[in-house]
Amino acid sequence: MLRKTLLGLAAGVAMTTAGFASAAMAQDALKMVFIGKNTGNPYFDSLTNGFVEGCKALGCEFEFVAPATAEATSQIPFIEAQIQRGVDVIAISPNSPDALNQVFDDARSKGILVLTVNGDITGNESHRDATILPTNFDNVGKDQVEMVGSLIGYEGEIAILSATTEAPDQNKWIEGMKATLASDAKYAKMKLVATVYGDDQPEKSTTEMEALLSNYPDLKGVIAPTTVGIAAAAQVVQSRGIAEQVKVTGLGLPSEMRDFVKDGTVTAFQLWSPYNEGWLAAHFAKGVKEGTIKNEVGSTFEVPDLGTITINPGNSINTQAALTTFNAGNIDDFNF
Amino acid sequence: MTTVERRSVAAGRESAPPRPLWHTVLVRPETMTLVLLVVAVFAASALSPYFLDLSYILRSFTLSAEFAIVALVLTMIIIAGEIDLSPAANMALSACLFAYAQAAGVPMPLAILIGLGAGVLMGVLNGLMVIGLQLPSIIVTIGTMIFYRGVAQVIAGDKSIRVPDWFIGINNVFIVGVPVPVVVFIVLSIVLGLVLGVTVFGRQIYQIGTNEIAARHAGIRSRRIKMILFILIGFVSAAAGLMTASRLGSVRYDLGLGGELQMVLMAMLGGTYIFGGRGTILGTFLAAWLLVIVSTGMTVANLLPATQLTVLGILLIVSIIATNAIYSRAQR
Repeated sequence: MLRKTLLGLAAGVAMTTAGFASAAMAQDALKMVFIGKNTGNPYFDSLTNGFVEGCKALGCEFEFVAPATAEATSQIPFIEAQIQRGVDVIAISPNSPDALNQVFDDARSKGILVLTVNGDITGNESHRDATILPTNFDNVGKDQVEMVGSLIGYEGEIAILSATTEAPDQNKWIEGMKATLASDAKYAKMKLVATVYGDDQPEKSTTEMEALLSNYPDLKGVIAPTTVGIAAAAQVVQSRGIAEQVKVTGLGLPSEMRDFVKDGTVTAFQLWSPYNEGWLAAHFAKGVKEGTIKNEVGSTFEVPDLGTITINPGNSINTQAALTTFNAGNIDDFNF
Repeated sequence: MTTVERRSVAAGRESAPPRPLWHTVLVRPETMTLVLLVVAVFAASALSPYFLDLSYILRSFTLSAEFAIVALVLTMIIIAGEIDLSPAANMALSACLFAYAQAAGVPMPLAILIGLGAGVLMGVLNGLMVIGLQLPSIIVTIGTMIFYRGVAQVIAGDKSIRVPDWFIGINNVFIVGVPVPVVVFIVLSIVLGLVLGVTVFGRQIYQIGTNEIAARHAGIRSRRIKMILFILIGFVSAAAGLMTASRLGSVRYDLGLGGELQMVLMAMLGGTYIFGGRGTILGTFLAAWLLVIVSTGMTVANLLPATQLTVLGILLIVSIIATNAIYSRAQR
């Protein structure tokens, strides 16, 4: 009896499902989803906003989802769920360079366009269709070393406060920093004494920063190439009142760093516009899905407000040529 | 279980009426898990039109199947009055050793044996400390949980180790439409359910968990039985670790991170009594499905993770209160 009722209800729901599916077909709006690294990361609010505005302008449906933690496999159920929802485009900031390969393949085999945004699956590029990066990531490490060098007079001990040990983009930049320090004579007097990981959690980042200061009393500069890390590091320097001795820089959000720049805790830091990444990704995805943009190396397309964009080798697309440097002079011009 | 016999003995003195049969059969924690499971299926179907699709549910189950498989053995350990919090770390270390060995050129069959053997050894180590040194299993296995995970990180570093292409994708192999990890879970549930439910070995596990000293006086070799359980969970964890490696296509030290909580959650939701002596494989079996249905239903409905955590928390609290109420009622 119970079983019959269950079956009946199941059939009913299945029919409703079919009804929904055909309604969506008739409507034919492109369904786009952005899967963030984790929730509660203000950086992604700005990026998501770019998607929201882009999709509004283009007439696509858009959803943002993210797991609670930025752990390597936590995005897998979310990708599975989006495949099941029948989305047309999955844009994702991957938490792992390789744990998502299999589920990406599944999504692509069902005709879904898979874009990595704001971070790539380095070494596994064949498992996604294209990547949208804010700037040429090969230069980020070099630019950041120059930034911290200019702040400390190119001499003394420096340390890196990163996100998680496995964050692919951060690791690529750290490699770039190490290579620059080792190869360029300009930085010969700068010594990288430690690389620590705050897991993109404010508390852990603060603890790691405190530990750096006690372990390396001669520390001159800290590079935090993550928005959570730089804010935590600046907070520690501010509360200890040691802005003269230890220079904090890295990649941060103008909105979060404004007070630190104004009171002199932080002299300068860098970033790009995450908003533009979402805006560009939405336009690119829509164009590729509708056949107006060819997802081929070397082809170009127009994006409103950003101009002509070229698809670089590895199907990699950049929203801007170089990092933007924020300091007391220009920080009020940015509101993300 | 033992309530019926106990009651008939007590009946003479206190002359409390024996519980009716339907009461014994229906008022038990597994019933509550089943009811919750049915409710969850309806709720998830109402939340999202994309949910009710058997192949999607099965595919989602494969993401938790490795933990669910270990949770079955963990249920037996909890019934025996012990606990093991190291299986997820065991999964990671076994998988890392296996992946490291095959990347270093060891032939695959041997590498698989190394992984499984390592899992058994980890179980033996837990068992020796809990049984040989008479240490509390919760402390011992929190220690080995950290230790095994640490060794895995030493071996694999921060890098991931690839596994060969043919080894990848056990979750995409189907037996009559059901992914292999789910088949393994179902088969193991039946086997362990029979072992626990109808064999002498199974009844001895309940007796150890109810009163170990009495069990020993009755001639039950409790140390030996517990050792067997620790070795079994070590082996099963290693196998689950290899299955995870196959599903992900690569191995990192953080494989299965936090899985021990999910395993304990499955056992608790299924009505296993944390102080031992009570619980069933059926309960854990149902609870594993319940957890997958609840989290999958909320994920496909695009609910925020904060909402999901809240719902899971409420679910656990409700189930613990209900389990406790049902057991104390049965004891009265």
